[in-house]
Amino acid sequence: MGYLPYMKESIKRVEATRQQRVNETYPRASAEEKKDVLENFHPDYADAGFKEMKFGPNKGERMPNRFADVLEAKSVINPDEIDLDNPDLETDVLVIGGGGAGSAAALLAQENGADVLMTTKLRHGDANTMMAQGGIQAADKEKDSPARHYLDVIGGGHFDNIPELVEALVHDAPLVIKWLEELGVMFDKDEDGRMQTRHGGGTSRKRMHSAKDYSGAAIMRTLRDEVRNKGIEVIEFAPAVELILDDKGQCAGAVLYHLETKKYSVVKAKTTILATGGIGRLHIGGFATTNHYGATADGLVMAYRAGAELAFMDSLQYHPTGSVFPEQTVGLLITEKVRGLGAQEINDEGEEFVNPLETRDVSAASIIRECEGRGKGIETPSGLQGVWLDSPLIDLKHGEGTIEKELPAMVRQFRRFGIDITKEPMLVYPTLHYQNGGILINEEGETGIENLFVAGEAAGGIHGRNRLMGNSLLDIVVFGRRAGRNAAAKVGKVKQGELNLNHVRKYHHELEEAGIKTDRVSPQILPDYTPEETKKKTGLVKTAF
Amino acid sequence: MSAELIPVYIMGKKHYVPETATILNAFEYAGYQVIRGCGCRGGFCGACATFYRFKDDYKLHVGLACQKVVEPNMYLTQLPFFPANKSLYDMDALEATAQQIIELYPEMMKCMGCNTCAKVCPQELEPMEYVAAAMRGDIKAAAEKSFDCIMCGLCASRCPGELVQYNIGMLARRLYSRYIAPNAQHLASRVLEIKDGKFNDDLEELKSMPKEKLQKVYEERDIEE
Ligand SMILES: Cc1cc2nc3c(=O)[nH]c(=O)nc-3n(C[C@H](O)[C@H](O)[C@H](O)COP(=O)(O)OP(=O)(O)OC[C@H]3O[C@@H](n4cnc5c(N)ncnc54)[C@H](O)[C@@H]3O)c2cc1C
Ligand code: FES
Repeated sequence: MGYLPYMKESIKRVEATRQQRVNETYPRASAEEKKDVLENFHPDYADAGFKEMKFGPNKGERMPNRFADVLEAKSVINPDEIDLDNPDLETDVLVIGGGGAGSAAALLAQENGADVLMTTKLRHGDANTMMAQGGIQAADKEKDSPARHYLDVIGGGHFDNIPELVEALVHDAPLVIKWLEELGVMFDKDEDGRMQTRHGGGTSRKRMHSAKDYSGAAIMRTLRDEVRNKGIEVIEFAPAVELILDDKGQCAGAVLYHLETKKYSVVKAKTTILATGGIGRLHIGGFATTNHYGATADGLVMAYRAGAELAFMDSLQYHPTGSVFPEQTVGLLITEKVRGLGAQEINDEGEEFVNPLETRDVSAASIIRECEGRGKGIETPSGLQGVWLDSPLIDLKHGEGTIEKELPAMVRQFRRFGIDITKEPMLVYPTLHYQNGGILINEEGETGIENLFVAGEAAGGIHGRNRLMGNSLLDIVVFGRRAGRNAAAKVGKVKQGELNLNHVRKYHHELEEAGIKTDRVSPQILPDYTPEETKKKTGLVKTAF
Repeated sequence: MSAELIPVYIMGKKHYVPETATILNAFEYAGYQVIRGCGCRGGFCGACATFYRFKDDYKLHVGLACQKVVEPNMYLTQLPFFPANKSLYDMDALEATAQQIIELYPEMMKCMGCNTCAKVCPQELEPMEYVAAAMRGDIKAAAEKSFDCIMCGLCASRCPGELVQYNIGMLARRLYSRYIAPNAQHLASRVLEIKDGKFNDDLEELKSMPKEKLQKVYEERDIEE
C-alpha cells in the first residue's frame, strides 16, 4: 500500500520546502483574518449550511441542513398501522440506546427498584462511548476542586452553558469516578492507587483520568458486563423509531423497528430514557466523521416530533485533523499533539498556510479554505480532499526518534498501511466529531415532556457551544445515573392515560402547513453507503466512510 | 483519479471492488447495506470480525473488516454473532483468586494449549497466555495482557476447548481493578467532602455570578504546570 504515485509527487513538493520551514513560524492570524476565514469557511458560520426551522419547538432557529433534512421529513411509520392497544412489551423504565449513557441509566434505574428494558440499534456497546481514547475529567486531586472544574467547563463553552447542568456535572464527577473504580474499570494508576491524571485542552488542573488510550472502551465494556450481570433485558438491532405519548401528553414508551425482521413492536413504559448519542453519521456539510455507524441523531428527531425543545444544535465540533488516506483511516483522529510538537499543515504546492497552534475552529476553517477556496488540496482516490500534516518536521525540530517516542500508537497505525509518518506526511481534513447541543434537559435529566428523560450526547445545554475533551465521557455517566435514578423514582407516581401517536399525525400536518413537500422519512437509523445512495447524495462514488 | 477494481468473493459470490477499499467498504461498494458486522468503523468495537481465505489456498485468515484492506481473490465471510457463554456474578461478593475465576468459568480447564486463539486475534494478543495467567492466580498479568481485547469473538469461535477467552479477560480486569489495585485515597477523600457539602457554597457563588465577572475570574485562573 502506501501513497499512490501522484501523491508521492505532491510529497516531493512538501519535501522541497521542508528544510526551509524548520525555523520559520507562520504568522498567527489577526483578529480580522480569523473572522474572515471563520465566516467564509467554518461550517458553523456558513449560512448556506443552515436552514431555519419553520415549525416545532425550535421554530425560527437555524439548524444544519442535513439535520434539518431529517427534521423536515415524515415518520418512518404510519401511525394508523401501529396497534397501541396491545403492546408487545411492558416495562417500568424503557432505556433507548446501549452506549455509556444508556447503560449507566439502566443500572441505576434497576438499582432503584424499577423493572428495566433496554433497546439499542446495533449491539449493546456499539457506540461512540466505545471509541473514546483520551479520557474522563473529574476534580478529585488535592489542588483541584469542583469549582475550578466549573470554571473550565463554562469558559470552554463560551459561557453559554446552563449553570445548573455544569454544577451537576462537576459535583458528581468524583462520585462517578468512584463508582467506576468500584465496578472495576481499569484506570491508569500509580503503585499506591493514585490516579494518573493529565491536562486536556482548556483544563486548569490535571484532571484527565484515563485507561491507556482505550478509556471509553474500558468504561463501556465494564458497564455492559454489569448490565448483563444484573440480568437487565437488552434488545439489540431494534432501534426506537417513534416515541409514544398518552392523552395527557406524557411519554409512554416507544415504537421499535426490528432491523432484521423488518417488523415493528410497541413498548409501553411508565418512564422513558433517551440515550441515543450523536449525529456524526448524518455527515453534516458532507464531512467525514469519527462517530460510530449508528450516530444518526434518531433521538433528536423522535423527541422533536413529540414536542421537546432542542438547544445549541447550530454548533458542532469539527476536529481539524482527521485522516483522509488511506481509506481505512478515514475520519480517524490525528491528535492535536502532532501539531503541538511542530508538524505544519502544508498544501499541494508545498506551502504552509496556517500557524499550527491556532484554535480548532480556525485550523479547521483554514484547511477547508485551502481545499475548497483555493484549490490547493490533494484529492484521494475515493473523492475526498486533504492537506499534508508534515510530521517528519517533528524529528527535524526535536531530533531523530521524537516521533517514535511521542506518538507510538499513531506510528504503528500508519505503518500497518505502509506509511511511515516519521518520513512521510499524513493527509488530513476536518472531521465531524461531536454534537455540542441536543435535547434540552434540566439537572435531573428531565425534558419538557413529562416522563421523558434524556442523557448523554443526545442531551444539550451542559457544554454550551463547545465541549472540552474528557467532559463527555463524564457527562454521559453523570446524567445517565441521574436520569436512571429519577426515572425509577417516578415510576410509582405515573398515572398513564390512553396511548397515542397523535403527535406524529400533527407533525405531518405541520410539515404540510409549512409548505414542505417531501418523501423523505426519518429517523435515518443507518447511513446507506452503497454506491447508488452515495452518488445520489454527493454526485461522487465515494468508497470511504 | 480512481482506484483499480479487483475481484473478491463475498460469501462465494464474485464482485469487483476498489483495491483501496477496506473489507467493510467493499461489502458496501458491492451493494450490501450492512446491519450486523459493523459498529464503530474504527477498530474499537469488535463487531466486524471476518474470516477469509485466498482462492486455491487452504489457509484461513482473519481480520477486522473496518481495518483490513481487500486483496485480489479473497473469499470473505463475516462472523455476525457468536453464542458465547458469560457467567453472571455479583461484583461485591467475589474474591480475586484463581479459584474464583475457575469456579465461574470451569471450562477454562479444558484449554488444550493449542494457541489457535493467538493465531486468530486481530489485536495480536495472546489469549491462551492471559487465560493461563488467570489460572495461575496472576490476575494482574491476566488483566494487563487482555487489556487491548475488543471482544470480537474470533478466539472463542476457533477454540476446541470451547472457552470464551474474552469473558475470562473481562472478569480478570474487573477483579484486578476492584480488589487488587489499591483504591485511590484522594478520590475517597474527595467523595466524602462532596457528600459533606464542602463545595456547595463555591458552586452556588459561581452559578449566580454575572457573566462579565465570571469571564474575568476565568481569564485570571492559574494553570497547573
Ligand atoms: C472517536 C471518538 C473519540 C472521543 N474521545 C473522547 C474523549 O477522549 N473524552 C470524552 O470525554 N469524550 C470523547 N468522545 C465523545 C464521547 O465518547 C461521546 O460523546 C459519548 O461516549 C457519547 O455517549 P452516549 O452514551 O451518549 O452515546 P453513544 O455511546 O454513541 O451511545 C448511543 C447508543 O444509542 C444507539 N442508538 C442510536 N439511535 C438509536 C435508536 N433510534 N434506538 C435505539 N438505540 C439507538 C447507538 O447505536 C448507541 O449504541 C469521543 C468520541 C469519539 C467518536
Ligand atoms: S466496526 Fe468496530 S472494530 Fe470494526
